[in-house]
Amino acid sequence: MFQLKIIVCIKQVPATSSVEIDPTTGVLKREGVESKMNPYDLYALETALRLKEKTEGSITTVTMGPPQAQSVIEESFILGADQGYLFSDRKFAGSDVLATAYTLSQGIGLLGEFDLIVCGKQTTDGDTAQVGPELAEFLGIPHVTWVREITEVTADKIVVKQDLGNSYAILELPYPSLLTVEKDIFQPRLPSYRRKLLTAGQQVKVFTFSDFIDHNEQKYGLNGSATQVERIFPPLTKQDQTCWEEPAPVVAEKIYELIKDRNFI
Amino acid sequence: MAVLVINNNRCNLCGQCIMVCPFKAISRQNDKIEIDAGCKMCKICLKNCPEKAIGLIDERRTTVNKEEWRGILVFVEHLAGNIHPVTIELIGKARELADAVRHPVYCLFMGHGISQQAQKLLRYPVDRVFVYEDQELAYFRVDTYANIFEDCLRKVKPSIVLVGATSVGRSLAPRVAARFRTGLTADCTTLEIRANTDLVQIRPAFGGNIMAQIITPDARPQFATVRYKVMTPAQQLTIPRGSIENCSVSPDKLKSELILRQVVMKEELPGISEAEVLVAAGRGVREQKDLALLEELATLLGGQLAATRPLVEMGWVHYTRQIGLSGRTVKPKLIITCGVSGAVQFSAGMNASECIVAINQDRNAPILAQAHYGVVGDLYEVIPLLLEKIKGVRETNAL
Repeated sequence: MFQLKIIVCIKQVPATSSVEIDPTTGVLKREGVESKMNPYDLYALETALRLKEKTEGSITTVTMGPPQAQSVIEESFILGADQGYLFSDRKFAGSDVLATAYTLSQGIGLLGEFDLIVCGKQTTDGDTAQVGPELAEFLGIPHVTWVREITEVTADKIVVKQDLGNSYAILELPYPSLLTVEKDIFQPRLPSYRRKLLTAGQQVKVFTFSDFIDHNEQKYGLNGSATQVERIFPPLTKQDQTCWEEPAPVVAEKIYELIKDRNFI
Repeated sequence: MAVLVINNNRCNLCGQCIMVCPFKAISRQNDKIEIDAGCKMCKICLKNCPEKAIGLIDERRTTVNKEEWRGILVFVEHLAGNIHPVTIELIGKARELADAVRHPVYCLFMGHGISQQAQKLLRYPVDRVFVYEDQELAYFRVDTYANIFEDCLRKVKPSIVLVGATSVGRSLAPRVAARFRTGLTADCTTLEIRANTDLVQIRPAFGGNIMAQIITPDARPQFATVRYKVMTPAQQLTIPRGSIENCSVSPDKLKSELILRQVVMKEELPGISEAEVLVAAGRGVREQKDLALLEELATLLGGQLAATRPLVEMGWVHYTRQIGLSGRTVKPKLIITCGVSGAVQFSAGMNASECIVAINQDRNAPILAQAHYGVVGDLYEVIPLLLEKIKGVRETNAL
């Protein structure tokens, strides 16, 4: 029997994506700031749990964020992760995809050998779906995104079905490698009360900047970020709505122009 | 390191910064204000501090010489040589941006047996098409494609790289952008260019509830992915002016760690959750047979028919097509609701749609307040006229 050593990347996100911008101050309103585990990460964790059960492997969860993000690691313990790490430092503040992926690669680099990294397809706050592939690049391992199905797992390879929109690709990967999994690859399990009691008090280990090997501050946080958010603003709102009350031929013409302008015909 | 610091001599502990921080990253510890790792460097505290006691120490990294990076490169996505239409849209956008700063437009096309297809690209306003041909490049594999992409970018040094935000593009672009340690902005909906060649990228975040304007000021090339059907396709040229450059492929770049066992084409139509266009039927539809009208409209727009719960309960429409809390949540690029009143249970399942057109006879129907375009009218009058219009134009084009 082979044992897979699996790492799952998770992120704490705002519990709702229905955030608003204060029109006068331009500030993001996050009243309450309720947080939860990124819902797509539940599928990543479930995938890892199935693989663990199949191979008697182990699961390490990692996250990057403020001190309170450790709660998502604790949640992963309840679901079945064996150990978990939080990468947290003020030096990581303001990280974009590039700096986030680099920070994760540095943190994961401290965890020793592993076989597989599983990520969710994207997060619900940033929605970029880019951190997984960039992390794989920094670790120098292959990756496959949008995995719908794991068709085969052996001691030296894993075979997956990748959803490419109009087609599927069946791909064979060596270890170590990274997968980002689609929603519904497996039905995520519910947290068990027994495991909640069992894992209560289990420690989340913390790595800060000083633990990392690369101490070049230009690669982390705002400095390590290549992109810069200049401003945020509300999208087309209901104030921008248009009402057409003309006779049917005029309205039909207007709808036609609209769908033509937007390239639907 | 860019970092926010509190000047404790100026700070009077008024707590304004604690109040305005959207990330709850600022707290008062005894007689001092502390900022923790929750800080996202949004700098709102700095702007709002009445005592000007918050400062930013910013040591930006070394900047690139932007003059050295010229041109806009479009990645040509294809499946077995068939070019994905998003490519033509990207060329259209690239041309517009390039003209503003007098830069050339390039295409990167890698595959096997694609020389004919590469010629087709010259019908569009491109200056040069870089073609990499090899058996090993016939199908997308992220590692070999990233290697070739890198090779081309090192040679061409474009200022901007545009990639379709498709399944392939969104897997490949981050890999290449990370290799160049540069910025990548996902799913841009608007792109503009500044005189200094900085690309101004606008994209939705938080599930479309917020728009963010993003630049990549100190790194090149600037990577952006753009969704299909967001930009207008490039017009064909009467006289092609571009040229093809066949590039050599070095064998070490073609070594893949991935084994592609099989490519399976999908046969089934996507469900309503995946559809880009939906025509939703509500109780304003009088008889089941009238649904054919809406079905026809959906087909003409390359979309699908969906329905509200009452129609599903009457057995007119299969339950997999139901939108709403007890059905599917959908977020198409376009939804046209016909005779739907807009109960909360329905609108919760579709109000994230990018463009909502609602047709309803009752001007007080809630749906008209939720739609981007509300039409007060009878669907039995409007839809047939619209169908006629679309089909009429199709026939003219066919001639």
